Amino acid sequence: MTTLANFSVNPAGAPLPQVPPYDVERVRADFPILHQKVHGHPLVYLDNAATTQKPRQVIEAITRYYEHDNANIHRGVHTLSQRATEEYELARKTAQQFIGAEDCREIIFVRSTTEAINLVAQTYARQNLKPGDEVLITAMEHHSDIVPWQMICEEKQGKLRVAPINEAGEVSLTDFERLLTARTKLVAVAHLSNALGTINPIQQIVELAHSKNIRVMVDGAQAAPRLPVNVRELDCDFYAFSGHKIYGPTGIGVLYGKLALLEAMPPYQGGGDMISSVSFERTVYNKVPHKFEAGTPDISGPIGLKAALEYVSRLGIENIEQHENQVLEYATNRISALSGVRLIGTAKQKAGVLSFVMEGVHPHDIGTILDQEGIAIRTGHHCAQPVMERYGIPATARASLGLYNTKEEIDALVRGIKKVQEVFG
Amino acid sequence: MADLRDLYQEVILEHSKVPRNYRGMVEADLKAEGYNPLCGDRFTVYLHMDGDSIRDISFQGSGCAISKASASMMTQSLKGKTRADAEKLFKNFHDLVTGQGHPAEGELGKLAVFSGVSEFPARVKCATLAWHTLQAALENQQDAVSTE
Repeated sequence: MTTLANFSVNPAGAPLPQVPPYDVERVRADFPILHQKVHGHPLVYLDNAATTQKPRQVIEAITRYYEHDNANIHRGVHTLSQRATEEYELARKTAQQFIGAEDCREIIFVRSTTEAINLVAQTYARQNLKPGDEVLITAMEHHSDIVPWQMICEEKQGKLRVAPINEAGEVSLTDFERLLTARTKLVAVAHLSNALGTINPIQQIVELAHSKNIRVMVDGAQAAPRLPVNVRELDCDFYAFSGHKIYGPTGIGVLYGKLALLEAMPPYQGGGDMISSVSFERTVYNKVPHKFEAGTPDISGPIGLKAALEYVSRLGIENIEQHENQVLEYATNRISALSGVRLIGTAKQKAGVLSFVMEGVHPHDIGTILDQEGIAIRTGHHCAQPVMERYGIPATARASLGLYNTKEEIDALVRGIKKVQEVFG
Repeated sequence: MADLRDLYQEVILEHSKVPRNYRGMVEADLKAEGYNPLCGDRFTVYLHMDGDSIRDISFQGSGCAISKASASMMTQSLKGKTRADAEKLFKNFHDLVTGQGHPAEGELGKLAVFSGVSEFPARVKCATLAWHTLQAALENQQDAVSTE
């Protein structure tokens, strides 16, 4: 008879199999950079919404590529070129599976979420926006989900509309629905706000938009590293995320688009790799996704990204989500118990991000004092100046979580905040 | 190791909490706006000139403790000074906070409390924002001056 260590057999109503506990210490051991002191204190890295640290598995995958397989892709008959091409295309497959896309041709490699949004603005929006047409975003968007739309709206004489947020940092679906008009051509919305931590109800937003035949682009830069993402369940038309925010390298990002949309879109940039044939009279463009990947791409980027996505998948995104939620809840409770500290962004559905301001202390001073304690947070407007304006503040201090953060690190943060109060007492 | 108390000296904290010459100025004949996009600090510096001399100087805006205290103490140091004095003082102050030179004892007066800034390179822009704004005002620049 087979014995299952984690099951107790109970025919009357078997308990669920126990998920092995998330071992944060083991996870931390994978990240070489975490094991250092800053200003004499153990590093507490709480700036994960800006960028995440890289596990050894990612660093090694990139090194291995350069030491063994480096060659240009899609154009060589020699062995190294074939290996490099295979690795690059395998990474596309991994990204496809990670976000639940139907077809790997729906995955376009770009530099970043920012580039992905610009790509859609300069191709899909440029092709479809007519004078007077509208693009709808929310008041919590990152500058990278504002400016590309402003640029194309200006060019096409379109109009950028903004769905407001309430004091907690939530968009109301009623407001949203009201702003979806006959002129709306595209909705662009963050899955998870980098400044407030709000999780937007993407599925409902997509349903509302689709009922009026409006396409939806989702900025998933903050969501992909901490929430399960399935683009088919969300049914969004475009979804973008960045490698460096999900424990992979900088300089690589992913744009997902529904195949039919991508096929109908014009190319983004011209050059090698994006063509089937070129003559001075006529150029035939390559098929999707290559149509959107002109020139020699970042090859080590997707390879590093693949290692990162595999790492996250091995740990289980649901486990990461649960772990981060526990740390976030602990941090929220501890920090809101401090007098003179106010949380900015208190949405019911939240993840990963804890923005706060302190009475009588500018966030920049908080950042310097915490840094002296070895604690890395971000201070400033977080590339979301309209959000700061909404709350009437110049900036916030922001602690943002990663899969390796612990409650003990939150205790260090709270001690650091008390130190700030001492200095400014 | 840099010590926090070197940066946040009592005088600096006190000026950041109760900034001097913190007001607008209707009779200003020169003014400029300064902005630090990194942290959102934003100040306006007002000058009332008497020929080549600064008859009155004031500032308004929002910023961190370092930038606010620096603006406050700058206005105190410059009242009654000439343009040339102001430029020389800025150069000495800049050398002090960037750790580039060693301004002679007494050159900077009370502004010497900002010497700790040189240990915190990320904060040099905060300490010099008001001074860059002053310079723009003296040169009668119309566009907001930025530290980036």
